[in-house]
Amino acid sequence: MNQKYIVSAAPHLKEKQMTVSSVMWQVVLALMPALAMAVFFYGFKSLALTVYGVFAAIVTEYAIQKLRKIPVSISDGSAVVTGILVAFNLNVASPWWLPVIGSVFAIAIGKQIFGGLGHNLFNPALLGRAFLLASWPSLVTANWTATKPAFSFMFNSINGLNPASIPAAAPAAFTGATPLAAMKTARELSDSNPELAQQLVDRLASVDTISNIFLGNIGGVIGEVSALALLIGAAFLAYRYIISWRIPISYIFTVFILTYAFGGMHGLFSASILLPVFHIFSGGLILGAFFMATDMVTSPVTRKGMLIFGIGAGILTTVIRLWGGYPEGVSYSILLMNCCVPLIDKWSAPKPFGEVKK
Amino acid sequence: MGLKTFPGGVHSHDNKGYSRNAAIETMPLPPKVYVHLSQHIGAPAKPVVKVGEEVLTGQLIAEPGGFVSIPMHAPITGKVSRIDSFAHPAGTTGTVIEITGNGEDNWVELTDDQNYENLPADEMKKRIAGAGICGMGGAGFPTHVKLSPPADKPIDTVILNGVECEPYLTADYRVILEQTDDVIKGLKLLMKIVGAKQGIIGIEANKPDCIKKMRQALAKEKNIRVDALKLKYPQGAEKQLIYACTKRKVPNKGGLPMAVGVVVQNVGTAVAVYEAIRYQKPLIERVITVSGKIVKNPKNLKARIGTLYSELLEYCGGTTEDVYKVISGGPMMGFAISTLDTPMTKGSSGLLLFNKKEAEKDREYTCLRCGLCVEVCPMNIAPSLIVSGVRYNDWEQAEKYGVMDCMKCGSCAYICPAQIKLIQWIDIGKLEVGKRMRNRQQSAKA
Repeated sequence: MNQKYIVSAAPHLKEKQMTVSSVMWQVVLALMPALAMAVFFYGFKSLALTVYGVFAAIVTEYAIQKLRKIPVSISDGSAVVTGILVAFNLNVASPWWLPVIGSVFAIAIGKQIFGGLGHNLFNPALLGRAFLLASWPSLVTANWTATKPAFSFMFNSINGLNPASIPAAAPAAFTGATPLAAMKTARELSDSNPELAQQLVDRLASVDTISNIFLGNIGGVIGEVSALALLIGAAFLAYRYIISWRIPISYIFTVFILTYAFGGMHGLFSASILLPVFHIFSGGLILGAFFMATDMVTSPVTRKGMLIFGIGAGILTTVIRLWGGYPEGVSYSILLMNCCVPLIDKWSAPKPFGEVKK
Repeated sequence: MGLKTFPGGVHSHDNKGYSRNAAIETMPLPPKVYVHLSQHIGAPAKPVVKVGEEVLTGQLIAEPGGFVSIPMHAPITGKVSRIDSFAHPAGTTGTVIEITGNGEDNWVELTDDQNYENLPADEMKKRIAGAGICGMGGAGFPTHVKLSPPADKPIDTVILNGVECEPYLTADYRVILEQTDDVIKGLKLLMKIVGAKQGIIGIEANKPDCIKKMRQALAKEKNIRVDALKLKYPQGAEKQLIYACTKRKVPNKGGLPMAVGVVVQNVGTAVAVYEAIRYQKPLIERVITVSGKIVKNPKNLKARIGTLYSELLEYCGGTTEDVYKVISGGPMMGFAISTLDTPMTKGSSGLLLFNKKEAEKDREYTCLRCGLCVEVCPMNIAPSLIVSGVRYNDWEQAEKYGVMDCMKCGSCAYICPAQIKLIQWIDIGKLEVGKRMRNRQQSAKA
């Protein structure tokens, strides 16, 4: 036998299910239920916007890798994930070029400029969204479309509210936007008209409204429409060991506790228990907690670090939602926590098995 | 009741089906054997024979090179034909004593000591040392040294490692099944030597027949129990096994099992200990699994130490496809070797052959920072952060995240989606950080 054998370091076995592309394509798959729900509630334009975003992301990645004369890696699916998430952060009334510019920015500035997959500091999709929000604020945060579900047993809701149940005295801002914006409007009334404010908050934090929000019968961006669909995708990823429970659960739990503690208008813990539930399912929290905060590249690698990351993002989100200028704070919270990741990893080195106490 | 286990680890395909049901076969005597002087941890043995000398099977051919060392014995009858450098199953080379057999198998005289159970501990240890026994699970630490803890480290528990968590390997499985009584006799002797009150045999749950048979054989024993352990790699790693069976944590930074009152021995080693104490039989043969998808007849062979892997494979009918990788040991921690003309040693638990598809690895990606390596690490260190330290010569970072605590089980590299060769990087880190730590100690002394 003169044949030469391959010599390499152990281990000689590899889990074949775990590769970069299988991870990325499974994330894509996990986002499909949410996309289906967006099509169901907002129509096919949501699909079209997503396709534009994905297409732009792939083309940008290809072009930059060609320019840099490095292997083209568009087939690994990571650009597809970014493209989907950029589009998922836009409302369905957006013009076609908005996801395109968002994706180009996300891939070029958010990812490739740092050196490509694995090197970026910030979640590329969220950076894309932040760029769009700064450049075309009115396009990103206005023009919310009332949902038009395909089946007649579901009413056309406004912010998850049955239009008939909205008090006539409610200000116009209450009915125009997303549930979180409505909540913000209601809270702003707490000085001038505390009674109405309380009434509106109670309408929002009600079982009816929350179940509409949970299913997706609300105005919002494409990706956050249905908490249920997102959770199905997230459960799949957790089952496949692609996301760990630590970041999403600590994130959501922190928001729950803090909105319960500070969300009421009459001091600590004066809110109904439904208010934190409302906060969890409305806005981008489910999308952000399960699909963006868990972005492998831009989150800590240690177990303790993941918890710190989740708790930190939860605190920031609550602060922005309750006291900040924006109705929603998920994307900025995650971006801010992204900056802290190297530090968090440094502080949260795991204790080796059998660590000797000094 | 849930199965006992440890935190971390990976669930790999055990691939034991190829050779699981092959009863141990005794391999015919090879025409030549190549006995390495270094088959163990510690000083190499020193030859006491000269080229041209006739030797009997079991005759001493090399004496220990120190306390942490073992002697070597002639595995076959014949003539010492060469003392020279030769391929070592760890992928390196080393000095071997080559013996050309004369076709006979004339043993040195063995005893059958009826009173073997009541010998003093020192005499037992002497016989173990004299038989040249080292750990047969792979690491090869001299057994008599492991059985000689200092007086301030009393041992209360002996654990026999019957886990065999490496995929493919079935040698220990067959030993437990076919030599159940010898394993138990060996365990009792080990307990007597170190004065341990309890004995535990740890067996992974994928060997229910072993667990059942062992429990039946131990029905009357009060202080020996069988622990069924969860099927998870690396369940058979020493510290993880101790934790699973006793919930005791061996201290890190070079801590030994004796620090928590435990001695661990492999089941094969227990059999060798029994044979050494009762018959004064030197360790010149062992059971080795020859397996792989492409091996025609995968087998568990009882073969003489020093037999070439090529002969083992030939005895198993060769392969059905071209061989692209040869692994000495298990697929997770074993060595890929460059030639089949490598002799087996006392630590050789397996010979695996991979085809092209099994041998090839995908290209390495950049670290995705997914954290799966941290998640699965049984030593609870941060492999990806160690590797990024090593990659950029940041040795402080590598040390801080625990490079020296790594036991190189390979779980991280097994799971890594980016196909990063973590163990290779960690090996580099261990060398450099180890050097720095020694320098620091020296300058602290000065």
